[in-house]
Amino acid sequence: MKNKNGLANIYLVLVFVVLYAPIFYLMYYSFNSGGTMHKFEGFTLDHYREVVQDTRLIIIVINTLVIALLSSSIATVIAVIGALAIHRSRRRRSKNALLSLNNVLIVSPDVIIGASFLILFTIAGIQLGFTSVLLSHVAFSIPIAVLMILPHLQEMSPTLTDAARDLGASRMSVLTKVILPIIKPGIFSGFFMALTYSLDDFAVTFFVTGNGYATLPVEIYSRARQGVSLSINALSTLIFLFTILLVIGYYFLNQRKSKPAAAVAEPVAEAGVPR
Amino acid sequence: MTNKGRSYYLIPYYLWIALFVIAPVLLIIYYSLFDLDGKLTLDNYVNFFTPVYMKMMLNSFWYAFLITAFSLLVAYPAAYLLTRTKHKQLWLLLIILPTWINLLLKTYAFIGIFGTFGPVNSLFDVLGIGEQQILFTGFSFVFVSVYIFIPFMILPIFSALEELNLSLVDAARDLGASGWTTFRRVIFPLTISGVRSGCMAVFIPALSLFMITRLIAGNRVITLGTAIEQHFLVTQDWGMGSTVAVFLIVIMALFMLLTGSSRKGVRHEK
Repeated sequence: MKNKNGLANIYLVLVFVVLYAPIFYLMYYSFNSGGTMHKFEGFTLDHYREVVQDTRLIIIVINTLVIALLSSSIATVIAVIGALAIHRSRRRRSKNALLSLNNVLIVSPDVIIGASFLILFTIAGIQLGFTSVLLSHVAFSIPIAVLMILPHLQEMSPTLTDAARDLGASRMSVLTKVILPIIKPGIFSGFFMALTYSLDDFAVTFFVTGNGYATLPVEIYSRARQGVSLSINALSTLIFLFTILLVIGYYFLNQRKSKPAAAVAEPVAEAGVPR
Repeated sequence: MTNKGRSYYLIPYYLWIALFVIAPVLLIIYYSLFDLDGKLTLDNYVNFFTPVYMKMMLNSFWYAFLITAFSLLVAYPAAYLLTRTKHKQLWLLLIILPTWINLLLKTYAFIGIFGTFGPVNSLFDVLGIGEQQILFTGFSFVFVSVYIFIPFMILPIFSALEELNLSLVDAARDLGASGWTTFRRVIFPLTISGVRSGCMAVFIPALSLFMITRLIAGNRVITLGTAIEQHFLVTQDWGMGSTVAVFLIVIMALFMLLTGSSRKGVRHEK
């Protein structure tokens, strides 16, 4: 029995090592003074200096952050409305129809989302660039945010809103004074999910970005296709640290609720598609 | 409670559904009916059934199948062992963490790892196998894709295993079933819903990958995703690209129908 346990542990450790190896590999070589990703010649911070001095790159980082913050804010607002719409629909069939429509973009392959949005923007005469990228990020963030908000609405006791109405509250104040405070944790996690989706998205952005405008993943892709450059390593180390901070922030926000890990696991499992 | 007049605030959401969910699908179908010169024709569909596209489709399916199968093979034992550890929620979080790191960066790391002078080849050298061309092969494509998808396979299987009633396993053992029989007859059938949703979460994206094929497989592997990207962004043949997309949507819908019932099953249990 002991031997069996040992094998099991070795297997798990192996899975973890393989999962993390590429990430640490990138970080390790970001300090390499040589120009390659296979021979470590000496410690240097040159590549970080390069990243910081690259104005084009900094503009792209700012673009990415602006798009992420703007799109997830807009998406969260619309998602609150969407969750209310789904919650309000009384008939089971219309509720299911709304939910299925909501989930279409979650299960669709990115390539199709990208391609169809490209057609849409071209027909609508929207110039490819900031606007098209922003609109598509809003569009694909909405459904996941809805899914994060909806359970909170469903857990809310209907007697609360009834009581508020009975006491003479207007629809607007029921919404702002009763419903929104109750679903606040869902709104926050929806916002964070939208944010990570937007920061991570490559495939959809790649289609609708046009010339001259880029987000970080798109830029990394085009640089990576030209071959190995260690400034990408330095950049990815910085992004990795930033991501960890974001995840920790998200985790602590969720900690206020009762089931933190489950809440983190759920949306990822639901989403399924890495962006 | 019929206050239709007051539902104006729902408009943005319905507008989103109309513009970004329904319209794109209709546009894809509409565009698939036009050729390069903008003539209304069914040529694209005729073209799709020529050997070139059929071969690509089979190729794409074969790779997606391989990726799904290997992910399952690695993920099932991992998920099973995870449920047996102390602090399993923490370990699960550590499995999820890499999914937050951009897909491209992880893929990019493999360019170095699998490269001619990378650590894998040095290991081969030490073992006396000698240098191999690993990058730009079908193998590296499958490996990197499996690497990317593993967390998405582990998660649903993990939650299915968590819901498994352990007394059933004990009962099987008490009745004299061997470990393997218990697994084959009790544990696996009871967690099949998790396996199905895991396979769905891997298979469909695997059909439509395109950046991994470009970076790791060096255009040697062409999937439906690569074809769509190529038609839309390189050759500008939107009609043909849309046709491929239509088929991808159809396949996806079929796949959802096949696995859909099990997904609902999982939801109801919760």
